[in-house]
Amino acid sequence: MNGERGETLRGLMGAIPYLRFLGLRFDIAGDEVTAVLPFQPMLIGNPVIPALHGGVTAAFLEATAVSGLVWAGLSEGLNPGNLPPGNLPKTIDLTVDYLRAGQPKDAFARARINRSGRRYASVHVEAWQDSPARLFAQGTGHFLMPENAGS
Amino acid sequence: MTSDAIVKAARQFIHALPHAQALGMEMQEVGDGRATILMPYDPRLIGNPATGVIAGGAVSALMDTAAGAAVMCHPAGPAATATLDLRIDYMRSATPGQALKARAHCHHVTRSVAFVSVTATDDDEARPVAMGTGAFTVDLRK
Repeated sequence: MNGERGETLRGLMGAIPYLRFLGLRFDIAGDEVTAVLPFQPMLIGNPVIPALHGGVTAAFLEATAVSGLVWAGLSEGLNPGNLPPGNLPKTIDLTVDYLRAGQPKDAFARARINRSGRRYASVHVEAWQDSPARLFAQGTGHFLMPENAGS
Repeated sequence: MTSDAIVKAARQFIHALPHAQALGMEMQEVGDGRATILMPYDPRLIGNPATGVIAGGAVSALMDTAAGAAVMCHPAGPAATATLDLRIDYMRSATPGQALKARAHCHHVTRSVAFVSVTATDDDEARPVAMGTGAFTVDLRK
């Protein structure tokens, strides 16, 4: 069941060229989805430290939030046919809190949906590298749900 | 530091950022706490494969870079900066096929923090694609 949902999630997110460009993938354990951003040198923003680009971190959190909403929709038995490629939740706003420099290594993130209504959703995302207890960034975003998501 | 040196440092700043290079960003204007950076339309950056609209994340990366560049070219002359916090409102989809331009203004710098606002537009500059507000760290030169 989760295997099938996992494939649907990967299919929907994998159809997005920008996420392929970043190299993003999704690890699924039980009902929990972890977004993984494998390190590559082109993700660096500050080469002196070196540190991940702040924009990469923002993009990673946003993609994790969207995947969390898609996963929740799939978990509620939403027909994947209602979510054709591209018809995903749209970002209204995103606030990213940079807690420490992102190191040149793989990063992980998970989303928590604080509110998901018919039209709007509010999602919190936490990102870490070494340990989930030591976040390097967190973010909160609001999303506009696809019109046919509830049908 | 002279204003020419500040402008030069800000240009070097963007050329030195691997991710800004990967996204094809070009510094258009920089100086006095303001920076304008262009990001050409690129199919690799598409967020919606059905429409060809650029991903919000790529727009965020452009805006974050412009904001950082605006901090670096502020007359206070910070030696280094990093994003502390960035909030972006996504007002509309960028028009497919058009380059995006981010204009950032660093409007205040303290000994520790720089405050920046940034707007992203496509060809229709009267209707911004996204607007953001950020706080950045400041390392002043010794």
